[in-house]
Amino acid sequence: MTTSAAPRPAAVWVKRNLFRSPFDAVLTVVFGLLAVYVTFQLVRFVFVTARWEIIGTNLKLLMVGNWTMIHLPRIAIAMIILAVWGGSIGGLIHARQVRRGTSTLAEMSLPTRTGDLVRRFGILIATVLLLLLLTTTPGPWLMAAGAVVGAVLGRVIGGVLGRLHYPRPVAVPGALVFAAIPIAMYFYLIDAVPLAEWEGFLFNIFAAMAGIILCFPLGVLLALGRRSKMKLLRLMSTAYIEIVRGSPLFVLLLLANVSLEFFVPSSIAPSKPVRAIVTFTLFTAAYLAEIVRGGLQSIPRGQVEAARSLGLSPVTQLSRIVLPQALRNVIPAQIGQFISLFKDTTLAGLGLGILDMLAVSEAITQQPDFRGQGLIIETLAFTAFLFWVGSFTMSRESQRLERKLGVGTR
Amino acid sequence: MTTPTVTVRPPPWRNVRVLSWVFQLVVFAVVAVVFLWLYGNYEENVARTGIPTNFDFLDNPTSFEIPGNDFSQTQPVRDVLVEGFLNTLRVSVVGIVLATILGTLIGIGRLSRNWVVRRISTVYVEVVRNVPLLIILTFIFLGVVLQALPTIQEAWTPGGVAVLSNRGIGVPWYEGGSGFQLLLLAVIGLVGWWAIARWRRGVSGRTGEPSRAGLYGGGFFLAVTIGGWFAFGFGVTTPVVAGRQIAGGMRIDPSYFALLVALVVYTASHIAEIVRGSIQAVPRGQEEAARALALSPSQRMWNVVLPQAMRIAIPPLGNQYLNLIKNSSLGAGFAYFELTNVTRVTVGNGSPAVPAFTLALAIYVGLSLLTSVLVNIANRRFILVER
Repeated sequence: MTTSAAPRPAAVWVKRNLFRSPFDAVLTVVFGLLAVYVTFQLVRFVFVTARWEIIGTNLKLLMVGNWTMIHLPRIAIAMIILAVWGGSIGGLIHARQVRRGTSTLAEMSLPTRTGDLVRRFGILIATVLLLLLLTTTPGPWLMAAGAVVGAVLGRVIGGVLGRLHYPRPVAVPGALVFAAIPIAMYFYLIDAVPLAEWEGFLFNIFAAMAGIILCFPLGVLLALGRRSKMKLLRLMSTAYIEIVRGSPLFVLLLLANVSLEFFVPSSIAPSKPVRAIVTFTLFTAAYLAEIVRGGLQSIPRGQVEAARSLGLSPVTQLSRIVLPQALRNVIPAQIGQFISLFKDTTLAGLGLGILDMLAVSEAITQQPDFRGQGLIIETLAFTAFLFWVGSFTMSRESQRLERKLGVGTR
Repeated sequence: MTTPTVTVRPPPWRNVRVLSWVFQLVVFAVVAVVFLWLYGNYEENVARTGIPTNFDFLDNPTSFEIPGNDFSQTQPVRDVLVEGFLNTLRVSVVGIVLATILGTLIGIGRLSRNWVVRRISTVYVEVVRNVPLLIILTFIFLGVVLQALPTIQEAWTPGGVAVLSNRGIGVPWYEGGSGFQLLLLAVIGLVGWWAIARWRRGVSGRTGEPSRAGLYGGGFFLAVTIGGWFAFGFGVTTPVVAGRQIAGGMRIDPSYFALLVALVVYTASHIAEIVRGSIQAVPRGQEEAARALALSPSQRMWNVVLPQAMRIAIPPLGNQYLNLIKNSSLGAGFAYFELTNVTRVTVGNGSPAVPAFTLALAIYVGLSLLTSVLVNIANRRFILVER
């Protein structure tokens, strides 16, 4: 370039990114106007025309459905305990990374780490704050404060506990007790309110988590079966995987709704949420099997050969060498499957008549105070927003993890 | 000198082959026992309640109507299931075509050098991909189609060629000839286009003169379709509001419209990510070589990068197509009479639930297997042609 007066950086940027060619200029103007119009309408809707009082009034219904009022504190207690639990897992993992010298946090100062957390979970934190601001009672505030304190406390405790060395007779029962805490919380909650009455967003979150955890054993077994040299086993696994993957989840839910009575004695015919969770589990297992199969295929042959030459038994080869690497490699894909299941839990409302959050958000527009006022847009926007925040945060975390694990780059 | 090979047969309880078969048979037996238990319960319950287990219900009268369809209630269930299957295909095929177009454009947009286009595409993908399809569908059906569109009395008629109302959407359509004739014209036109383009490319390769394949082929296509249009006596009919109905043109059912839009919007966001990933997976040298040949940016994208990207994209695209077909079952919640809804209604009207749903599932699984076979064929073809 021989121009005497160098153009300002901003002008260069505009030329490069907005008006490179006449066609580019047309695109910029058309889509720019479109974006401005949509943003304007959206902002106007959110801050001016929308009538959010329907959300404020029904916040409890949307979140936990008809959960008995006097048992609400149990949810708070369970949340706080789970926060301590989750925090201590973080602490244990960190301590382990420090021991192995793979920690990336050690060099970061506390403000940097806080900034990193806010960047990663900022939208989630803002959403929780928004939900708290919509509440009219102090309970949720206390729960949130307790959960934050609990998580920090758990993180510190976990960090300390993780530094110690435990003999085997202590470590194994300790790990089991630790793993049993969420299960204990589940029984603590159904002791007050049976699973059949879990509704609202609570149902969506719980069903997704239960489904993804319960599908694990079956999914891994199916993956191993499909890769096995045993013909009959391979045939059965493949048939299961392909049939389930070929069927729509919605039809399976309808089937669980109308025809499960035929197949199990009425005395043990489960409640609707159990049916939903069992269907999610069996459905997701087929998809998880394909993900795990991908992970198994990514393990170099030399790993198995090395394990075999060390004289490890087939079970040890699998449980100590192959599966740990295979499962670690597909963690991002598993998170993707979890997100997909989380979104699919909304089908339970339509398929089984469960009052999940989407069903609640439709039902509350029929309340006497709000009927016939076309508030479905507000309630659906709110529901969609919560699902979006959850899925978006998880998908970004999974991308981060993918980079960290270096899947596909090693 | 030969070393005598000593083959010691291990006892059966240590023979790996025997053990493996014993293990497989045990697993199979466990599965079989569970199935037999379930089936035994089923037989017992069915016998107790007197519900038939066979497929005779297919011959019973349907006893319900599909709105906007000249379907009579006395026709057997068999026919209504076929109708439902056709409706599934109607929404799936149109949805797949539109979602591919929209998704490809957005996927390219995510890599555009234009900042505005890139930002809009990214926001679209990140928003739509992370919201449940059922919420999008409910929103479009209850919020947009039934609420934002006007009633039939005050329907919008943009330019007088279409009618938009919450009782249906009318678009211009052909009249006079049959659908088969139209299909015939399109097939002749497209085959001719392909043959002429091939011939022109051959000529161009031999003599070096410009191939102008698009010009000759497209011209042939237009000549065939326009000629046939008048030869067969086709005409155009535009929709008008007549009383409380839409007359003329083609009426699109609100539930079909909502389902189609939701499926396209949702699937396009997934397809966009696939297209973006595939474009990024094309070696950079291809683009640089195209630039060195002085091809224009759009030529580089459409003639060099995209054809190679699509080859990478075929398997995941096939997965998305399968998902779209399966997701079309959600239309059942919004009064669209596709396969699932028809099955559900016919079960509500007295058809036995287990055989009816088994049939529906079998059709879905068959459709999925067929689609994956087609995708595999396409995949193999494209890989062979290119390398």
